[in-house]
Amino acid sequence: MGVFEPVIELGRGLAETLRSFLFEKTVTVQYPEEKRTVHPRFRGRHVLNRYENGLEKCIGCSLCAAACPSDAIFVESSENTDEKRFSPGQRYASTYEINMLRCIYCGFCEDACPTEAITLGDNYELTFTDRRDAIYTKDFLLAPVPTADMLTPRKVDAGVFTRSVPEMKNPSD
Amino acid sequence: MSKQVTLTINGISATVPEGTTVVDAAKSVGIDIPVFCHHPKLEPVGMCRMCLVEIGRPMLDRATGQAVVENGQPKIQFMPKLETACTNRVSEGMVVMTISDKAKEGQRGTLEFLLTSHPLDCPVCDKGGECPLQNLTMAFGPSQSRFIYDEKNHLEKQVPLGELIWLDRERCIQCARCIRFQDEVAGEAVLGFDERGRNTQIVSLSTPGFDSVFSGNTTDICPVGALTTADFRFGARPWELKAQASICTQCPVGCNTTLNTRREAKSAGDIVVKRVMPRQNEEVNEIWLCDKGRFAYHYTESKKRLTKPLVRKEEKLARVSWTSAITHAAENFLKFKKDFVVLASGRLANEDLFNLKSLADTVGGKAILYSDMGGGDLTALVGVGQGTNIGDMGKGDAILVVASDLYQEAPIWWLRVKQAADRGATLIVANPRETKLDKFAKFVIRYAYGDEVKTINDFSRKTKISDEFAKAKNAIVFYGSEGLGLNGSSMLASACATLLKETEHIGKPNNGLVGVWQRVNDQGAWEVGFRPEPDLEKALKGKAVYVVGADPVGDDPALAKALKGAKFVAVQDILETATAEIADVVFPAQAYTEREGTFTSGERRVQRFYAAVPAKGDSKPDFAITSQLAKEMGVILEGSSVSVVFDILASSLDAFTDLSYEKLAEVHGQYPIVGRGDLYYGGTTYENTQGLGVQLVPIAQAGGAVHISKIRKEAALRPKENELLAVPVNKLYDRGVTVNPTQLLDGRVGEAAITLHPSTAKNLGLEAGAQVKITFAGVKAEALLKLDDTISTGVALVPRSMGIAIREPVVAKVK
Repeated sequence: MGVFEPVIELGRGLAETLRSFLFEKTVTVQYPEEKRTVHPRFRGRHVLNRYENGLEKCIGCSLCAAACPSDAIFVESSENTDEKRFSPGQRYASTYEINMLRCIYCGFCEDACPTEAITLGDNYELTFTDRRDAIYTKDFLLAPVPTADMLTPRKVDAGVFTRSVPEMKNPSD
Repeated sequence: MSKQVTLTINGISATVPEGTTVVDAAKSVGIDIPVFCHHPKLEPVGMCRMCLVEIGRPMLDRATGQAVVENGQPKIQFMPKLETACTNRVSEGMVVMTISDKAKEGQRGTLEFLLTSHPLDCPVCDKGGECPLQNLTMAFGPSQSRFIYDEKNHLEKQVPLGELIWLDRERCIQCARCIRFQDEVAGEAVLGFDERGRNTQIVSLSTPGFDSVFSGNTTDICPVGALTTADFRFGARPWELKAQASICTQCPVGCNTTLNTRREAKSAGDIVVKRVMPRQNEEVNEIWLCDKGRFAYHYTESKKRLTKPLVRKEEKLARVSWTSAITHAAENFLKFKKDFVVLASGRLANEDLFNLKSLADTVGGKAILYSDMGGGDLTALVGVGQGTNIGDMGKGDAILVVASDLYQEAPIWWLRVKQAADRGATLIVANPRETKLDKFAKFVIRYAYGDEVKTINDFSRKTKISDEFAKAKNAIVFYGSEGLGLNGSSMLASACATLLKETEHIGKPNNGLVGVWQRVNDQGAWEVGFRPEPDLEKALKGKAVYVVGADPVGDDPALAKALKGAKFVAVQDILETATAEIADVVFPAQAYTEREGTFTSGERRVQRFYAAVPAKGDSKPDFAITSQLAKEMGVILEGSSVSVVFDILASSLDAFTDLSYEKLAEVHGQYPIVGRGDLYYGGTTYENTQGLGVQLVPIAQAGGAVHISKIRKEAALRPKENELLAVPVNKLYDRGVTVNPTQLLDGRVGEAAITLHPSTAKNLGLEAGAQVKITFAGVKAEALLKLDDTISTGVALVPRSMGIAIREPVVAKVK
């Protein structure tokens, strides 16, 4: 090993630094001022979705809770009426809670959901200072209504929203 | 024993009694043939076609009639088409193939058809998770359907069939299990099919809708989610529920139940009972449960539950600690030691009653049973023998039901007695008015109120009825308190016991006397030594009374007066009763859902119940409270372990010798097979894994001397002109504290109504439906008027526990 070898290596390293500084884009994101976009299939905080008419997609079937490998979801259901309608059909989730301390973001709940009500969204900002706050309730998880007059529960015309699970067509091919 | 037949199913040889269906034969060797309409408790109909299998029978030579032998084996001839395994009875040498390609294709095809119009409701269906259609589709069904969704038959979603049961006609697969249950088992054909073909639907044929006390059972045997209960509606998913064994507390039958529990946000995060399901015990309730047992459990979670000990301070009941409440009561009871009286009811468990009796005995007090029915000593003497099973009774046996409307008082006994009659047992119904059991009876004896004893004594005369009763292989007598008070029912019990003794129907299984008590554990109270008191007012007045599990103040103004004149009153109950309001000390007790214990049924079967939900507030089990109170009074009683109390009870009472909690928890295999894996076969009834109980041996069976003491007859009441004889009758749905808190049953409870003969009403100028005033011995009440032309003219029927204080027949005026 020659005497100059370490110096050459040092020079190489510095050249690389200089190269990346001058010619490469920076990867650092100035979080929280700046936020990174996530991948299309990213699994973040859950969202309880609504139909376009504002009714909740969740029908309180509790299949997400059954599928959940870490037992993080608790669902309790009640009966809809046309006077006080939350979701189409007879049944809605009167209590919906996810314990975020237990959730492992596996997305099984999404798979189990028959109405595509629960989806894992883009939100990864899940901090809390109290264990109690880690239990996300239905109000927190529900997606916002499209317009203010679509809040649930609401009064609807009788006999319109009779089915819980949306109609599915047979594949045409 | 009937002839045995050997057949081969999927290559496995099975030997079963002649007349067995192929499905049941397969089940007996562990082969599951999928079924929807077949149910082992019902007659086969072959409606759903799910059980299609290949059946071959030995080929017979037409000329000789002998089996054709080929290669040393009988030649088997298969039918060209598949056959239903539920309607074909087994025959010698039959060969059945349930999993051949042909059979599988048939089953797959049937399921595909059944699903053509079945809605995609599984996520919202109460049956989802314990649904035979779901399970069998997974196991036998096609993965895809060739039918188009748009052609599904859409009907209006769930409609109520009566207020207890909901019907979803889309989900129905027309198996008729519910119709056949009501028809064959319950004997009340209140359901039927309407329309035809694809439009076929279940309808209720009665007003009010689904007018049967067994309606809940149809939801258990419904193989889809077409019939569901209004009580559980969207309550939880079946897989989220925990199960704990219990005993129904509504009547002396002692039906085995399973309490399904779950933590619930609606109940502030408490673990609550979500539904009551029958638990199989073929010797008690089979796989059935009446609606009262299924729905009336809500009283345990009533808002009126007592949660803290209370002591009267300056005219008001104030919350105190357990120690000060117990000390206060003990001091007062010791002060009035000579006047110490325990008044307890049959709502309590054996252990509670035993501790109470021990306390009363040691202190020198009196233990009174709060009941107006007598004869418990006789049921212990000549009660039904160990090994009794009404389900075994049939041709050649006799059952006598006297002074009891079993349908209203003990529905499951009614069901089993009715079925025994269906099997050929001689049913004799002796009652002063028409009851639902009359229809199934071979002999109906109609006597006037007051002639109960005479009716039974007349059995000693030679008549067709008495002859048949005396000659019967086995005979059971059910006696009740219809139109009777304590004295009357005691006399009736004595007459019945004498009859049984004279006809030698005692000391054997399926023979003996059964009391149709008003409360679940009245028999147990008699066993531990509690006795009812003929003059309760006198026994309470000026005494220091410890009232446990009873509400005399709410029931009877005369008793209220007597208790107000008592020196000291301590009340121990689960609910805030009228008696608790006048008490000096109130102890909150735990409900049967919150603690362990045992009950003794009317058939003297000791059965365990288990704790399913946590205790409300600071309440404690009755036996523990009594033990603490006893300790302060200087008496040491076991108060920490309920099984130890039972052990002490077992060692001190002859009838309970050798019994222990372990023994009561023993189980053995039962038929039909029900429970988790066999939902499709027997329904959602729970399998019994926590104890079948043990029947006590009556003294007559144990070889003891049978001496039936004569009871002094009281002079018969003679109403004067313008007066009527008011007699108490029992109603299933009444306003008792264990029924009233269940709002769902409000419609069935209805208003208090007194019943008169039409001509009596005409003489009084009254019409049916009118509000009438009834007055007797210090009681004034208003009630609706009903008419019944099967009763005698001089009587007025007054329901018990409907707000009119009646304990025994009295002379009354009706306006």
